[in-house]
Amino acid sequence: MMIAKKISQIQTLIIDGKEVGGRSDETILQVARENDIFIPTLCHLDGLSEYGGCRLCIVHVKGLPRLVPSCTTLVREGMEVTTNSEDIIEYRKGILSLLFAERNHVCSVCVSNGHCELQWLALKLGITHVEFPYIYPKMPVDATHDRFIADHNRCVLCGRCVRVCHEVEGAHTKDVMGRGITSRVITDLMNNWGESNTCTGCGKCVHVCPTGALSEKGKSVAEMEKRRQFLPYLKRMRERS
Amino acid sequence: MTYEELLEIAKIENEKKAQYVHTINVCVAAGCMSCGSQELLDAFRREIEKRGIENWCKAKGVGCLGLCTAGPLIAIEPDGIIYKAVKPSDVHDVIDALGGEPVKRILCPSDMSFFTKQQKIVLENFGKIDPERIDEYIASGGYQSLYLALREMSPSMVIDQIVKSGLRGRGGGGYPTGLKWTTVMKASGSQKYVICNADEGDPGAFMDRSVLESDPHRVLEGMAIAGYAVGADKAFIYVRAEYPLAIKRLRKAIAQAEHLGVLGRGIFNTPFNFDIKLRLGAGAFVCGEETALISSIEGNRGTPRPRPPYPAEYGLWGCPTLINNVETFANVPAILRNGSQWYSSFGTEKSKGTKVFALAGRIKNTGLIEVAMGTTLREIVFDIGGGIPDGSKFKAVQTGGPSGGCITEAFLDQPVDYESLAKLGSIMGSGGMIVMDDTSCMVDVAKFFVEFCMTESCGKCVPCRDGSAQMHYLLDKISRGHGNTNDLHSLEKLCELVKNTSLCGLGMTMPNPVISTMHYFRDEYLAHIHDKTCPAGVCNIKGGRK
Repeated sequence: MMIAKKISQIQTLIIDGKEVGGRSDETILQVARENDIFIPTLCHLDGLSEYGGCRLCIVHVKGLPRLVPSCTTLVREGMEVTTNSEDIIEYRKGILSLLFAERNHVCSVCVSNGHCELQWLALKLGITHVEFPYIYPKMPVDATHDRFIADHNRCVLCGRCVRVCHEVEGAHTKDVMGRGITSRVITDLMNNWGESNTCTGCGKCVHVCPTGALSEKGKSVAEMEKRRQFLPYLKRMRERS
Repeated sequence: MTYEELLEIAKIENEKKAQYVHTINVCVAAGCMSCGSQELLDAFRREIEKRGIENWCKAKGVGCLGLCTAGPLIAIEPDGIIYKAVKPSDVHDVIDALGGEPVKRILCPSDMSFFTKQQKIVLENFGKIDPERIDEYIASGGYQSLYLALREMSPSMVIDQIVKSGLRGRGGGGYPTGLKWTTVMKASGSQKYVICNADEGDPGAFMDRSVLESDPHRVLEGMAIAGYAVGADKAFIYVRAEYPLAIKRLRKAIAQAEHLGVLGRGIFNTPFNFDIKLRLGAGAFVCGEETALISSIEGNRGTPRPRPPYPAEYGLWGCPTLINNVETFANVPAILRNGSQWYSSFGTEKSKGTKVFALAGRIKNTGLIEVAMGTTLREIVFDIGGGIPDGSKFKAVQTGGPSGGCITEAFLDQPVDYESLAKLGSIMGSGGMIVMDDTSCMVDVAKFFVEFCMTESCGKCVPCRDGSAQMHYLLDKISRGHGNTNDLHSLEKLCELVKNTSLCGLGMTMPNPVISTMHYFRDEYLAHIHDKTCPAGVCNIKGGRK
């Protein structure tokens, strides 16, 4: 875990004008969600370590010179947080548009159509069009595994599969290679998934994936529903033991 | 090692030096090496041996003399004569002229403002000592500050000196060094680390490389003092693998220092242990960012993570870690030796001391300089730098590498310090200064820096990864004459987005070259868009003027 655990104290703060309370080891995002305050996220997932990569959860904290990611910022007594100012909403839309332009996200033929977090966020944030030119990269599809498919055209590089494989399954089969716009999730040292001898075939990566980039074989358009109930359960059980 | 032994080494070395009537100092830093200074040094040694004058004349390799444009450089000590562009065929004449009239054809006037306007603290030993011999460093007062710190000062007294000196981080951010040291000292944890960031990657910057090549012991001493002050006994120097000469000399320096006992266990018979290890960067620009650098040392992919927690609290392997730049550490021995008051007498109110700059681009005197903070850009470019060659007209100076901005003629009288440069939309950065004249197209310059950042982005956060690619696309479109005014608007919006939402310093500062060129040279952008011409004639526009 990135954030060092300390003795927790109760802190009171204001989020969007609402007075709320949280423990000092909780993040702004956690406290906001407990209080039904909406902050969009993509790389965050309960039960995994924080990544801070998607930048959708940025909020403004009074007194700080920069916007901060709410997923990694701990609450402090007297903090005043704004989650939905006009520029923040514009920035979030900009970030989502950048993601849509980055790879070939075509919902109508996607296994996750209707169950996709990227699609849901776009609807929720009211994205009607993408203002950036589409890059249309040529990305491979890895269907060598018996039960799963990795379609890099739909990947948003949120790193959830990498983290769940390393932190929860303990296999570290998935990782990221390359730089910038050319970076890509890989299996082992860039092997075919089906030939991996570290992959346990548990399928956790498939179910934490927010889009249709990782899916089960045999699913057709809009049929891939992700089941993530295992993650909070595993986390709770492990913390108990 | 005792203090007496240290003084004894210095004494023997100084006596040896006094025995030579003339010493021929040949620059063996990377710049002069690449134009054949090693062959030159060998030629001098052969000639001296041939003439049988070894008793009173010596040729030795020294660190960078600064005026890299005119290499290989040699300096005759103690006469203070500097020769430039010396070839092995000149060796005969140079030795003939010792003690008499200098050789005119290769003479470099040592009273030129390039040399006289500088203020050398970090570079004080440059061109004087052999970087591969610890004895020479000790003879020039080296490792005495470490002795002073270990035997006569408490850690908090050392930090107090650094705080009072007003030293700020020389890697670019300008964070007060004393404050950083205090934070690490106060952080709880039995294991702490010191890291020296030598992953210098800005295009056109070579300050850290020169320091490591010309005076490596200075950095080691600074690190050891820092280790004592914050309570760390292990240190890493993260140096990029593209600097083979710096790595070679660092390795040698560490081995010599360990052999003499100024590094290692029980330094100066105190319980203080300090080990320094090298880690080589594999050529990723983003690894100059402190959290990415730490991740890389740990053996992971070099990607930054959100701060806080800062490395001072949660750094290498989760331990409190002090991470400073090469030049910052190189300032430390001088501060302890001469006192914080002496150091803070240089510079401006908020930026104390001196700063090393690497002058590059369209400037007469390309090279390495050190000036007091507060020196104006005009003095740096025109007095020290000698102005623009071939009678061309100055257009802009780019400071701070890909994270910096372009500064125009109108602001040349601004003093160089952290605040002034930030106000002009640029940054101090690590010290690269690229001078441009009217043959440079500012759209092309912006495109170059964005392309650099695009290919060096680690890909972790969306705004930097995708924003850089989209910015590059727009700049490329404009530079090819296909742009429209809408593209300028989109570019401005993208810059805002990337600057405000990126995860680390790379993304946050990447739009600076674009923002500053769009601000100061908007007419050039408009010429590309409306007239389909490149005023500087750099961009290849179809149908337009080449």
